[in-house]
Parts: sequence; C-alpha cells; structure tokens
Amino acid sequence: MKDFLSSSTGIVTAGGIIGAVAAYLVYLGNPPNMGVCVACFTRDTAGAIGLHRAGAVQYIRPELIGFVFGSLVSALAFREFRPRGGSVPLIRFVLGFFAMVGALVFLGCPWRALARLAGGDLNAVVGIAGLAAGIAVGVWFLKTGYSLGRSAPSRTAVGLVMPAFMLFLFLLVALEVKFTSDGPVFFSSAGPGSMHAPLFLSLGAGLLVGVLAQRTRFCTMGALRDVILIKDFHLLSGVIAFVVAAFAVNFLIGKVNVGFAQQPIAHSNHLWNFLGMGLSGLCFALAGGCPGRQFFMSGEGDADATVFIFGMLMGAAFAHNLDFAAAPDKFDRAAQLLVTGGPSAWGQSAVLIGLVITLAIGFSMRERIR
Amino acid sequence: MPETIDTRGLSCPEPVILVKRAIDRDRFPIEVTADSQTAKENVTRMAIHSGCSVTCETQGDTFLLRIDRGV
Repeated sequence: MKDFLSSSTGIVTAGGIIGAVAAYLVYLGNPPNMGVCVACFTRDTAGAIGLHRAGAVQYIRPELIGFVFGSLVSALAFREFRPRGGSVPLIRFVLGFFAMVGALVFLGCPWRALARLAGGDLNAVVGIAGLAAGIAVGVWFLKTGYSLGRSAPSRTAVGLVMPAFMLFLFLLVALEVKFTSDGPVFFSSAGPGSMHAPLFLSLGAGLLVGVLAQRTRFCTMGALRDVILIKDFHLLSGVIAFVVAAFAVNFLIGKVNVGFAQQPIAHSNHLWNFLGMGLSGLCFALAGGCPGRQFFMSGEGDADATVFIFGMLMGAAFAHNLDFAAAPDKFDRAAQLLVTGGPSAWGQSAVLIGLVITLAIGFSMRERIR
Repeated sequence: MPETIDTRGLSCPEPVILVKRAIDRDRFPIEVTADSQTAKENVTRMAIHSGCSVTCETQGDTFLLRIDRGV
C-alpha cells in the first residue's frame, strides 16, 4: 500500500475516491455542491462555537475531525508522525485568515471549486482561473527566494494539540452540548448549516479521506503549483480524477446543472469570484498547502499548519461578523428577476487589503538566492 | 566537491526548488538531506523527471539522497 499510494496510479485512485465521497456526501445530506468544502466547514465550525453569529452556517463538521484523525492514524502507522513547528507561525496565521476571507468571497475553497465544477457550476471555472493566477504569483515569489524558514522538531505534545481540539469538537457535536440556554453550541435550523449527512457517516468519510490524502499528499493548490513550477502533473492527475469521479456520482444522483446562473450557494459576480479565489490561491501557495492539506499536515504533527487553521477560524469569524462574506445569487420571485450576489463593499475592501498584505508578505519574506 | 543541500524543516515545495536549482546549474553530484517522506518523494520524482539518477539511504528519521547525472 505504501508504494501504491505514492505512485501515479495511487494518486489517481485516491483522487477519484475522494471526489466520489465528496459528491456522495451531498446525497447523504450535505449542502449542494458542498459535499466537502474545507473552508465552508471551518466557517460552519467557527459559527457553531459562537465565533460568528450567521445563523444559517453553524455546525461542527465531523468531516474535518475525520481529516485530522485519519491523517494522524495513517502518519502513526507509517512512522510519519513528526511533531514540528516554529516556521513563522504568526505569518501563517495571517495567511490562514486571508485565505478564508478570499474563500468566503468566492463561496468555497479549492475543494468546493472542484465540487462546484463537477456539479456543472461554471462560476467555478472563473474561481479556478483566479486560483491559478494567485498560485502563479506565489510560484514567482518561491522562485525568487520566498521562504518562511525552517520548522524545528518538537515534542509529542505539540503534535497532539490539533487532535485534542478535534476530540473536544467531536464531544460537542456528538453530545449536542449547550453551554447556556441561548448560547453555543449553535446548530443551524435552516440554511446550509442545517444540511448535513448523519454524524458517523460524515466522520467515517472524513477518516477515509484523511488516510488517503495523508498517504498520497493530495493537495489542490499543490496540483496547480507543481504544473506551473516544474511541469509535474502528478498531483494534478489526482485532482482531475476528483472532478471526474464527483461528476460521475453527481450525474448518477441527478445533481448536474450546467450554467452560471442560480447555482446553489454561489454567485455569478465574475470579478470577485476571480479575485476572491486569487487571494486564497496566493495565501495557500505562500503557506505550502491548500486548506485540506493544512488539516492533514496538522494531523501529522505540524504545529505551523495548525496555526494556519486557527487563522482560518478567525478569518471566518471576521468574514461573517464584519460582512466580508459574499451573498449568493437570488431569484426575486415578485419582480421575476435574478439578483446577482457577490461581496459587499466591506468584502471587496477586505479582499483588496488582503492582496496588499499577502503581496507584502511575499516580497518581504525572501532570502537572497545563492 | 559535491553540492550539499539540507532541506530539513523546509515547507513544501522549497526542497524541490533548491534541488532543481542545483540540477539546472549542473552541480553534480548533489547530496540532499531530507527529514520527511514527502520531501524525499517530491525531490526524487523531480530529479528522475529531470533525467537524473537517485539513490536513497535512510538514517533513522533522515533521508540522504544522492543525485547524479542520468546514464
């Protein structure tokens, strides 16, 4: 298994299984074209513990808990659990923050962009173009000496912080804990947050994805980065398999609807779809992994990836509290008009400020090339 | 003198970039120290795609890769 999953057949098989699982989770109850969305699920989790109060998007997503434990178990089994950290954690926090802001302006992370594409949502093509542009800028920084420096090996306890946090979240969702009568934990009664597969199926799917992704290093950002940087199509073949398998499952369960207009939990404001995902792509490239990969690395003991995820949680809280997150397209029945969604002026400003800050990080964190 | 590159603790894809730079500058043989299976796999794949030969020795948790011109 060790050699198979690191082979080209292995990454295609794993990508296909992950894509099929993602699409099937929608059949089991997850929101449309959102079988797995790492950013949306982190945002829902932030809402559930009260970090934001957007009532429609609050649920502790067991898939994320599965991601971390699947990766942890796999890393332990294959002797790849390596507690480590200390590679400019604060900058990683900021990158996680703005990666989330960009994702919530697009309404999805790269994983959901693929899932949306596999459901026929052509706005995803614009998002993926933005993602590629952001990653290309990140590659330019990497080629000109960008580095966040070395992490150092650390004690086991460091690597267990994220699994411990995930165990805590699991207890909250499994026991449906209520800390005060009108306080958290919040579970949406309407909207995307109310739509979810049964708890243990979500957790099981997350565990399976966690194991496969840890073994294969599946990374949606790395897929495009490696093509741009070294013309290596290894990871991209897994991503293509993800889309093909997700499309096949969507087709079988009747969830394919090709077009730009009225796509589920999406908007057709092309400029901000492009810029939102562009900001995310740059942040992921500068932090060395897509949001899924950050969860898998945190399961392997990477404290820097864990800090990135906490930045994402904070980004989600700000995005919903300060109205950065985009509104989806809506059909006004009275006027018989399609109202195009997109980010508010606050959201647009947040993306532009995020671009300035991440570009400044890119320019300033460079070392002289020998 | 072989070119030595220590990739321990570096984030993906920095190990690949450093080794690729040495390959492009024709600084063979290149000795690479890596501390993760991921870095080892990525560097090996890139070097083989670039037409080089790679041998790997494992010392505890560290991988020592030796990259030479392809035959």
